Amino acid sequence: MASNKKYWQSVEELNENSSIVETLRNNEFVEEIPTDEFLGNEEAMSSSSTSRRDFLKYVGFSTAAASLAACEGPVIKSIPYVVQPEEIIPGVADYYATTIADGFDFANILIKTREGRPIKVENNRMPGSGISANARVYASVLSLYDSMRLKQPMVAGKPASWEEVDTRVKAGLAEAAASGGQVVLLTNTMASPSTDKLIAEFGAKYANFKHVVYDSVSSSEALDAYQAVYGERALANYDLSSADVIVAVGADFLGDWQGGGYDTGYAGKRIPKQGKMSKHIQMEANLTLSGSNADKRIPLTVTQQKHALVHLYNEVTGSSVSVPAVGEKYAAEVKKAAKQLKDAGSKGVVMTGLDDVNAQLLVIAINQALQSEAFKPEEARYTRKGDAKQVQALINDIKAGSVSALIMSGVNPVYTLPNGAEFKEALGKVKLSVAFSMKEDETAAHTTVAAAAPHYLESWGDVVITKGTYSVTQPTIRPLFDTRQLQDALLSWSGNSQSYYEYLKASSSEFFTGKSWNQLVHDGISVSENVPALTAGAADFGGAASALAGAKATGDFELVLYTKTGMGDGQQANNPWLQEFPDPITRASWDNYVTVAKADAEKLGLENYHVANGGLNGSYATLEVNGIKLEKVPVMIQPGQAVGTLGLSLGYGRTAAMKQEMQVGINAYPVYKNFNSFQSAKISKGNGDHEFACLQLQKTLMGRGDIVKETTLEIFNTKDASEWNEVPQVSLDHSEVASTSVDLWESFDRTVGHHFNLSIDLNACTGCGACVIACHSENNVPVVGKSEVRRSRDMHWLRIDRYYSSEETFAEDVELKENTSGLMNSISTFNAMEDPAENPQVAFQPVFCQHCNHAPCETVCPVAATSHGRQGQNHMAYNRCVGTRYCANNCPYKVRRFNWFLYNKNSEFDYHMNDDLGRMVLNPDVNVRSRGVMEKCSLCLQMTQATILKAKREGRPVAKDEFSTACSEACGSGALVFGDINNPEDTVTKLKEDDRMYHLLEHVGTQPNVFFQVKVRNT
Amino acid sequence: MKKVGNHTSFSRILFFCLALSLSFSFASYAQDAAPAADAGQEAAASAGAGDPAKGKELFNSLCAACHKLDAKMTGPALRGVSEKHDREWLYKWVRNSSELIKSGDAAAVKLFAENNNQVMTAFPQLSNEDIDNILAYTSEPAPVVEKKTPGGEPVAQEGGASNNLILGALVLVLLVLIVMLVLVNTTLRKVAAANGVDVSKKGNTISFWQAYARNQFLVLVTSILLLLSGAYFLYGYLMQIGVDQGYEPIQPIHFSHKIHAGENGIDCKYCHSSARVSKTSGIPSLNVCMNCHKNISEFTGSKDSTYVEYSKEFYTAEIQKLYDAVGWDKSAQQYTGKTKPVKWVRIHNLPDFVYFNHSQHVSVAGVECQTCHGPVETFEIMKQNAPLTMGWCINCHRETNVKVEGNDYYKKIHDELAKKYGVQKLTAANMGGTECGKCHY
Repeated sequence: MASNKKYWQSVEELNENSSIVETLRNNEFVEEIPTDEFLGNEEAMSSSSTSRRDFLKYVGFSTAAASLAACEGPVIKSIPYVVQPEEIIPGVADYYATTIADGFDFANILIKTREGRPIKVENNRMPGSGISANARVYASVLSLYDSMRLKQPMVAGKPASWEEVDTRVKAGLAEAAASGGQVVLLTNTMASPSTDKLIAEFGAKYANFKHVVYDSVSSSEALDAYQAVYGERALANYDLSSADVIVAVGADFLGDWQGGGYDTGYAGKRIPKQGKMSKHIQMEANLTLSGSNADKRIPLTVTQQKHALVHLYNEVTGSSVSVPAVGEKYAAEVKKAAKQLKDAGSKGVVMTGLDDVNAQLLVIAINQALQSEAFKPEEARYTRKGDAKQVQALINDIKAGSVSALIMSGVNPVYTLPNGAEFKEALGKVKLSVAFSMKEDETAAHTTVAAAAPHYLESWGDVVITKGTYSVTQPTIRPLFDTRQLQDALLSWSGNSQSYYEYLKASSSEFFTGKSWNQLVHDGISVSENVPALTAGAADFGGAASALAGAKATGDFELVLYTKTGMGDGQQANNPWLQEFPDPITRASWDNYVTVAKADAEKLGLENYHVANGGLNGSYATLEVNGIKLEKVPVMIQPGQAVGTLGLSLGYGRTAAMKQEMQVGINAYPVYKNFNSFQSAKISKGNGDHEFACLQLQKTLMGRGDIVKETTLEIFNTKDASEWNEVPQVSLDHSEVASTSVDLWESFDRTVGHHFNLSIDLNACTGCGACVIACHSENNVPVVGKSEVRRSRDMHWLRIDRYYSSEETFAEDVELKENTSGLMNSISTFNAMEDPAENPQVAFQPVFCQHCNHAPCETVCPVAATSHGRQGQNHMAYNRCVGTRYCANNCPYKVRRFNWFLYNKNSEFDYHMNDDLGRMVLNPDVNVRSRGVMEKCSLCLQMTQATILKAKREGRPVAKDEFSTACSEACGSGALVFGDINNPEDTVTKLKEDDRMYHLLEHVGTQPNVFFQVKVRNT
Repeated sequence: MKKVGNHTSFSRILFFCLALSLSFSFASYAQDAAPAADAGQEAAASAGAGDPAKGKELFNSLCAACHKLDAKMTGPALRGVSEKHDREWLYKWVRNSSELIKSGDAAAVKLFAENNNQVMTAFPQLSNEDIDNILAYTSEPAPVVEKKTPGGEPVAQEGGASNNLILGALVLVLLVLIVMLVLVNTTLRKVAAANGVDVSKKGNTISFWQAYARNQFLVLVTSILLLLSGAYFLYGYLMQIGVDQGYEPIQPIHFSHKIHAGENGIDCKYCHSSARVSKTSGIPSLNVCMNCHKNISEFTGSKDSTYVEYSKEFYTAEIQKLYDAVGWDKSAQQYTGKTKPVKWVRIHNLPDFVYFNHSQHVSVAGVECQTCHGPVETFEIMKQNAPLTMGWCINCHRETNVKVEGNDYYKKIHDELAKKYGVQKLTAANMGGTECGKCHY
């Protein structure tokens, strides 16, 4: 039946006589096209002598002419120095020892400079330098070339000269002195004795002077406890290389706890030697790096952690403070840990990161009772000095209007204070506010004077990281901008005509002996022979224990604020390397998020799921802490998160003086009330989903024990290597043979010359990621941005895979997989194995090009762009590569990276390679790859070649362990060892013969030159 | 019969042209051969009656480091110094000037102050006679400064002008030739017309092209030949893209390697010192130039030296450019502090994706600079000598033996490899010098 339906396009059509409908029926365009405007002028048209034909001729001719002209090569200018500095030889790198002390990170480092510009950070291995550089320290060289830096001082928001600043500040200070108002210096922890001296001299002129130290991420309670017992405001140092049993309660000592840097001592004791290694028990709420590396991890809420600490105290000291049991699930585990700690005696040590004076006092009490050798209060650490109470008092003073001059340096309170907004308002009441800052950040934008401060690589300074050491910071480049450091300004404002360099040089003699000044600057550090002994005072430990035992859960969620390995406290938020650095635990980059236990997420309806393009999505949640709401916080479901707790990292959500792409994440400082990282919070599901840029979507190993081989210390000690480090079997002529005995190709004789190998010890690797950033800076690895990372187009040459066990342990995974049979059973089991356990074991595995002796990538390249070197390195000739990507598809390790776009000088990728300043960090010895080219780890070919050349020039064989790569150099824990296996003396040669040695995917027969050491757990 | 007449007229034209061109070239030779008259100088009898020839020898060996005859250097200009001071005083001064100054001699103190308190080296070994000889030399009258020719054109440019003249003459000759030919042609046609011969008429034979087109074999052969030669030339054209062999740009300062490395025999690595230790050979910074040019402020090479291609004034002006850049005040003998870097045009441009290290080749392998850069000591203007293509690099690596003598690094590797390959000497390629990753990373 034919339909008589008529469809109306508008009400107007109902009116049969409508003229509009009639017009529309005949005309495509309602309004007439204004052709007359350009064709109507008859006169102009006819008088024009250019016909269409002529026009085409001109276009054709000019195109041809332009392309002809383009054939000429460019003229390149070379401009030598007029007077070449003595120490600079173009093409040769210079190294300078210096020290970073930015209030959050402290380390003795070497700076590699080329033609006068710093390009890389390396570890200073002089004796006494205890803290090895972490990812942020490695990335700090890029922050020097931040194009958003403050380029000159500003007075009242307008660019000014330093003379104007001096006039303004001197007038303000004089006024303050006259009126008797407070003059306050608010700084970060500088740990600089000469600056302290200078500040005291400066302050002596004012009746009402105060110096307040403020750490954006506070360790105030630990400092209070140490001060109560030992009488000095400092932190105890720990030497984990002399500990057999380590119990950490909420202390991420492999992360940023109290300034970090404990991984070197820790890792040394984690490698089994003569059948012995340390035992590490971690009690914590968030899954941290330390928890991931622990032999036994006990997920506890913060309240439970406090109780657990009292249990430890009771067990070790024999006291009997009444304390509730630590939940049902883990009470026995805590008891066991306490027992093990007590049995270890002086070889045991306890650490805590709880922001509670009582907890900190208990730790001192327990370590004292153990007479722990690892606990070193006499080597006091000065990496944190902030006093939460004084900061609070200062804010009140400012609000009350009693502060007339406020000079800030290295701090950004408007961003980092929980009540930053209030502080911003209160700043208006201060007559003279000065902020020394590298950027016009949240605070500097609201002060009277924004004093442009130099980067630490442009400044002088001295640092006492631990008592008994004295380190020097020296400039490695002339200041890039019109900047002045705080100390120079203080000198000039106090009428001292000396420069800070002169002042430092003169006053430094008080702080070190046994070296000349030049030697000190050369070494970067001086260690004094005898550290004075320390006498412990009395403190009410029993009272502290009772108080701690009385801690009660509020019933809400317990929010644990932490700092991420990449971002720290957020002062380097505009650093693209750090933004793109994947978090070692969640493997997500460019974000912070609230971590939730799976059980809690299910209750709240929060979810994580993968979408078709391989991206990870997560629900939004709303957090409420003390009446402050954080909206749209992305949710990351975190295995190992203690049920009833949430984790949220600080340091994100910055907006001032940041490139658009870098303004990511949620600022968690507003809920950092009273500088306590433990808050009680409410959480509810928000609207919409968040798109993460997560580099690893698979969470478990699915029982494939041959990828990350591991065993227990017991088995390792008692059984033959063939049982716990089995060589995979393959079928040859229908019989099983060891895969290492089968070879598809003729082997190349590599016995002559160098043959490079790299050993990765899975026991020593803490997953910290320092190597990832070191690799970036050595090899000019581009930053691609959040959306590209989400598409799995990240360019990291070195990735650190993180795996969770889906059962309690990886061993159980393997067992489960092997016992699975039958189709239906397999499917359901394997489906279940995709999910990690509630409190899983964690394994880290750094993976980069394995430099196979029989490389699958080489055989498929149609243009022979990737080929094999006889020194064991798999070469990649970028200029030859045409971008077929066959090699990446044929690589079993998935380590090849493709340049989908041009990442340099491209405004679509507005990171450091897009501005002249940022490009100064590039290593001139390594090519910057272009679009359409495959790239990958070269085993730092440029570094091995440089080492060989050095030996050749000096006419000597290469020395023992002289070869290194960027990653092996950066590894503070000694997990990555590089060397020449044809040199019998090299460490790597011995490691290759070790029982624990295995290759990744050995059964494929690729014969890699990178090998791993079986992970041994001391369970 | 008429043809003969035409023939004679043609040869007449040819002769005329030859004569014309010859007359031009004679003219230009005449200009070149103008005698470079040297103002002959008679040795003037001097007051001290010393021997100026001996004096010159002494002056050059002892005094010239700090003094010139006519210009201030570290010390004052010395011409006519014997008239300014008493001879006895001069003896004392030369033997030990500082003693004289200490003694408070007014003239000595004044002189000392005038010369930036620079102490003059004492020469106690000189006898009175020696000093007399030197003074005799310094008392010779200054040579008469050559009067510049009205145009003031340097020699080389005069040569250019005569070349232009010859070219002009040739063009003229050609023009005349063409006119003649046209005239001859018209004359012939007229003659033919007059005789009733039809010039335009052609025979009834098939044309050459038609015959060619019918011969298929010939067509095939020629087209293959054409294709092959086309491919050959195309390949040749494509292969020279980006190859700048012979690139000889004009530099901001005319620096003659011929004078420095050739005539003066300065070692390459004296100026390009970083070639020994660095990947770049380094363009010398200007302070290196000033090591010598602080004292050498003008070009003194004689005009008829074989190596001089430009005039004295030209070279001296180039030295002045250096002074301007480095900020050296020649008359005050001090730096002004005003510098402007020299923007040299880079000649050897390796692409970014190639790693080349000078020290490997210069220090380790002991390769002479000339091996790649050519006979630089003969280059008046620096140019790229080698093609710098990958084939060129690889070829050398294949042919050159590794220099192992006295280098402990190579000892073990070389012995083992030599055994393995069964050869006495190893080439760089044997050592892995042709692997991609050795130069590309």
